Parts: sequence; C-alpha cells; structure tokens
Amino acid sequence: MCLAVPAQVVEIVDEENQIAKVDIGGVRRNISVALLDDVKIGDWVLVHVGFAIQKVDEEEAERTIELLKQLGQPYEEELKALGG
Amino acid sequence: MKFIDEFRNSEIAKGIMREIERLSQGRKFRIMEICGGHTHTIYRYGLHDILPTNIELVHGPGCPVCVLPMGRIDGAIAIAKNDGVILATFGDMMRVPGSESSLIDAQADGSDVRMVYSPLDALKLALQHPDRKVVFFAIGFETTAPSTAVTLLQAKRLGARNFFVFCNHVLVVPAIKALLDSPETQLDGFIGPGHVTTVIGSKAWEFIPSEYSKGIVISGFEPLDMLQAIYLLIKQLIEGKPKVDVQYTRAVRPEGNPKAKELMEQVFELRETFEWRGLGWIERSALKLKPDFAEFDAELNFDLPRRRVPDPKVCQCGAVLRGAILPWECKVFGTACTPERPIGACMVSSEGACAAVYQYGRYSRKVRELLQRKTAEPFS
Repeated sequence: MCLAVPAQVVEIVDEENQIAKVDIGGVRRNISVALLDDVKIGDWVLVHVGFAIQKVDEEEAERTIELLKQLGQPYEEELKALGG
Repeated sequence: MKFIDEFRNSEIAKGIMREIERLSQGRKFRIMEICGGHTHTIYRYGLHDILPTNIELVHGPGCPVCVLPMGRIDGAIAIAKNDGVILATFGDMMRVPGSESSLIDAQADGSDVRMVYSPLDALKLALQHPDRKVVFFAIGFETTAPSTAVTLLQAKRLGARNFFVFCNHVLVVPAIKALLDSPETQLDGFIGPGHVTTVIGSKAWEFIPSEYSKGIVISGFEPLDMLQAIYLLIKQLIEGKPKVDVQYTRAVRPEGNPKAKELMEQVFELRETFEWRGLGWIERSALKLKPDFAEFDAELNFDLPRRRVPDPKVCQCGAVLRGAILPWECKVFGTACTPERPIGACMVSSEGACAAVYQYGRYSRKVRELLQRKTAEPFS
C-alpha cells in the first residue's frame, strides 16, 4: 500500500488543478502534484496512488550510492586479492 | 530504472552482507521492519536467507489492509449493497474476507464495486455518474491519507454532492507506541517506514530512542537500502547509542512534507479510538472527517452494521502483525490459508507478511521443512 515509485516530471499539464505528466520507467501518465510546492519539469518525485508525495533529491541519491559502494569495498578487495 | 537499478547491485550486496556479519558477531539482534513494503523486499530478494542467523527480522503491523478489522470490511460491503451506489476502492481490498464475504463476492452478487488506482479516480466516477452515489473506501497510512484529503477538498470545491468517503486511514506512530508498551514485544530496534516518513518526517520517530531507548533507521525499499539500514541499526546498537537515523536520505527530510500534513489537518481529525486487527483498540490512532466535511462522510450518510467481528479462531494474523509469531508458524499458513483462498488479511495484500512469505519465501529450506511437517499433521 505504501508503495511509491520514482518518476520524472516531463510536463506541467494543468497549473490550476496541479496536474503534471510524469515518466515512470518509460510509461507516461498524469498525476497530481497538489501535495508539493514548486514542481518543475525535470524534477524527480515519488508517486503514490496518483500523487507526488515527495521530491527525490538526486545529490542525496548519489551520496547514498557512494556510501553503499564504500561499505561493500573491503569484500571486493578481498576478492581481488584472492584472484592474485 | 533510475533510483532503482543502482540499489539492486548484488556484488555490493555481498560486500555489505560481509560487513553486517563482521559487525554483528557474538550478539543476537531482533529487529522489526515496520512496513509491509519492507517485508515484501526481504522475501522477494531473499534477504532473510542471506542475513546471518544471529539477526532475526520480525514483521510489523505496517500493512493497512492487514490491520483493518473484519467489521470495517463488513461496513464497506453494507454500503456497496445500497441501490445506486458505486463503491470504489484499491485493488488490494477486493479479496479481503469480511465476516461473511469479501467485496469481490459482493461484486459477483451484483453490487457495483470498482477498483481505482487513485482517490481522484473515485471522484471522477462521481462526476461521470451524477445520478449515482460514489463511495470511496479509503484505507492507508499517512502516505495515502494526504491524497484522500486533496480529493475531498476538490470534491468540496466542485460541489460533488454524490461523492462520499468511508474513512479508514490509520496512523503508524500510535501503533508502534502500543507495540512498545506491550510486554510481549522484545525488540532491539526498528527499520522505519520510508514512505510514511516522507510525509510525517523523521522527527516524528524521536520518541523511540528518547522514551524507549531503542534504535530506528528509516529505510528505502530496494535491497541495498535495506541492507544499509540493517548495518546502520546494528552499528548504533553496538555503540549503545540508539537514535533516529535516516538511510533513505534521497526522500526523507526531518520535517517530512509540511504541505501534505497541512492538507490532512484541514480535512481530518483524530478518532478517540480505533480497532486494529491484532493490536486491539488504540487511542488516537486513526483519522475521521472533520465536521466541515460531514456531507462527504459515508459513516454519517449510510447505515453501517457497526458490529465488532472477532477474527476466525484458526487465523493468527493478529499474532503475525504484532511480530509474536512468524507467518509460517501460523496453524493454517500455506495449508487452509493461501492467496487463492485467504482466511486472514495478511495472506491477501501483497504487503501482508504471509503473502510475501508464501510468494517468495516458502521455498527457503526452513519454511519448506515446517510446511511439510504441517501438511502431514494439519492443525497439530
């Protein structure tokens, strides 16, 4: 139920009713952006039951991926050492 | 897909798993993942099978379909049976058993029950059918309630007099407090619900370290997110400094989504008490419509049975939702209760712990052995 998927805003369809078109993994559909302020084309948002519930911060995502890679690194190095 | 594929890299997962193993050695950890979405990830990606055995994951009550008591399903069915009514709801609700039948049975019997993707689709139905009464059977936690709020504000603006909401929105924080106050609960810490927290904000969880001295890490929903969250939780537990940590930083802010909270405030107020399947009555744990929205409130505009219906005796959903037993320890799991013929709601919703284990986890050795024993001696 609390599933939400990342999507990129490609068009502001109806400013008054706060409807935007988003691209969800290649599928385009209209969603409501009434729960967020200042949604712009190119923004990444989390979509849940047809509503954008929060913006996705690209820089933070990059930072998390870096942390994940660092956390997994000792293992990679061990594998390399084993391979000689 | 961006923001998804990067968080599913199996090589990085192996590395993090090694770190978790190294860090957690020599101590047992009992961790509850609150959200059903996390339970789904754990079984879908087999995390339960690759985590070291000293880390036990217990499934929490974060599945809104599962925690709704049967009496509320009966209420929705009673509304659907009224002449001229269209009952609109999320697909997950269709097969949840009420005391006598489910919404899908009601549909087969001639009631007009329709699946919608969004609350706004239900409002659209009302605008398309001015001669009918359209009732949206609203369920969900704080992730979903703001969408119902926006829909109600729009219905009011448009003067949609034939649109109603049967409100069953519940709140996660009071449920977790109730769990922590129960002597049955023996937990070291929590994996916090990422999407609920995008709305309520990570500050809302401060009571967990400050009042209960337990740790919580708010996590994203991909397998690497969850492994990192488990790593961070174990780290804070070992350091003896329980706190609110956020792994899902790309979407969770300390204050959450202020606009969503403000819109909820405009439309909803707290119920004095609400019954949760498995957890019983919890004070101030659910939302109802404010008097300003009385004309849209299905509870005020339709006759409801308002019966309290106990769960079937063989069903142990309650114990599963409290984390007291694991799904396969239920007497009827995988035998009398399957996704095709569910007895309890935990077997219906894709986020229900029983459905997640049934779909992905029953081939793991531990579950398979238990199931074989049970099939040989059902109800023993």
